[in-house]
Amino acid sequence: MRTIVIAIATASLAAAAFAAEKPVQLKAGAGLDKVEANCSVCHSLDYVQMNSPYLNAAGWDAEVTKMINAFGAPIDAADAKVIGDYLKKNYGG
Amino acid sequence: MPIMTRRHMLEAAGTAALIAGPGAALSQLLAPDAESAETLTLPPALPEGTRAEAILDALPGKKPLIKLAYRPPNYETPVSYFRKAITPNDAFFVRYHLSGIPTVDAKSWKLMIGGDGASGTMELGIDDLKALPAAEVTAVLQCSGNRRGLFQPHVPGVEWGYGAMGCARWKGARLKDLLDKVGLKKEAVEIVVNGADGPAIDKTPDFVKSIPVWKAVEDTTLIAYEMNGEPLPHWNGFPARLIVPGWTGTYWMKHLTSVSAAVKPFDGFWMKSAYRIPLGKFPVVARFTTQETAVNTPITEMVVNSLITSHADGAMVRAEAAATVAGIAWDGGYGINTVDVSTDAGKTWSPAVLGEDLGNYAFRIWSHRFTPKAGKVTVLARATNKIGQSQTAALIHNPAGYHHNVVQSVTLVAG
Repeated sequence: MRTIVIAIATASLAAAAFAAEKPVQLKAGAGLDKVEANCSVCHSLDYVQMNSPYLNAAGWDAEVTKMINAFGAPIDAADAKVIGDYLKKNYGG
Repeated sequence: MPIMTRRHMLEAAGTAALIAGPGAALSQLLAPDAESAETLTLPPALPEGTRAEAILDALPGKKPLIKLAYRPPNYETPVSYFRKAITPNDAFFVRYHLSGIPTVDAKSWKLMIGGDGASGTMELGIDDLKALPAAEVTAVLQCSGNRRGLFQPHVPGVEWGYGAMGCARWKGARLKDLLDKVGLKKEAVEIVVNGADGPAIDKTPDFVKSIPVWKAVEDTTLIAYEMNGEPLPHWNGFPARLIVPGWTGTYWMKHLTSVSAAVKPFDGFWMKSAYRIPLGKFPVVARFTTQETAVNTPITEMVVNSLITSHADGAMVRAEAAATVAGIAWDGGYGINTVDVSTDAGKTWSPAVLGEDLGNYAFRIWSHRFTPKAGKVTVLARATNKIGQSQTAALIHNPAGYHHNVVQSVTLVAG
């Protein structure tokens, strides 16, 4: 399986970053579907684990706001709240 | 050659054990292959979540490195590779801001030179670039946020340990020669650089950077097409990247596609908002005045730093027998003057022996022999550069987690 993945990746390096990416399973909880659907458009979900568990509620809100305002993530206000709540509850510190 | 991470080895070991029995599997699979079988050691100071998710993982063409994030890929180099002054290409760290990373075909690759601060424009292919007079520099490439994960309190970002850096021998054309060809106007203040990588969605600001003209025209500022005598690895900017010796990695644009002289300060997100340090907090000499505000300034040169590479924290050594602690030191290009080592938790210090001098921009190897007494031995290393700057004893905290050069402490157990 790994050999096949490498062969495909070598054939097309453009896809390599994605081919090498293994599924990241975040903690089950309300809002995980919104996190998976929105956040993973631009980055793998290990970014959430990596930045835990030290951000407080304001810290996670600031991260979600940064993704929307600075990086242009098309997340509507309702989803942003669900995502923020999920992150605070499951990865807050 | 198959690339195996520790996880894969363990998976493979499990499978093999079922087939061949545990004895055979272990003897085959735990054969010493020091680099691929390297165990993952992470600094205890990293966030708990980082320590849980980081694994050894190999990107295509790379040795297993410490995967902090898959996409955009952020992989750091294990400390053991820093026992030599030159970091191998296949172990060199990988850092991307944005996940749109194209394969760049060297044959069709074009570099555009121009901008409103230039009299003309020019388009070069890779052969045109290689036809220009070549220059070489051995220089450290270090991410601005190397050691961010060690910050207390933690700050968000890629939670790097010690390995978001490397030192290579870079070969390429001088940026100055290219700017001379298009004619740099005297009104030009910055040189703006862009690369082929881009964001996943259109609204995310593309990663574009600028450097002041004075830095752009230094003899060692290159557009490199070779790294340690080989083409650049894909993950390190193939086919050409900017080399800005002494300055942090944010300016070393990978997969370079355009160089524009500008008569006004570039105000893109990655200059105006990102990669900034508070004014006056760090002892840096190199200034980027066209980008300074009343409160902050772009990060520029690296601060003086060192790393103990011979021993991990908690390593066992023999008591009453000669031991050698060793490591590397580097700075923003002034050169390392001394490295002092303490083997008594900072009470007394002795100068280390410096290794070969590969130039002011390179890693400088150092070593120190001593005879530990039985018990715990706390070893510290502190580098000082040729303009008298030393590492800090206490962290200089800043919002984005840059310039961590706190004196490192490693505790050995002598018995």
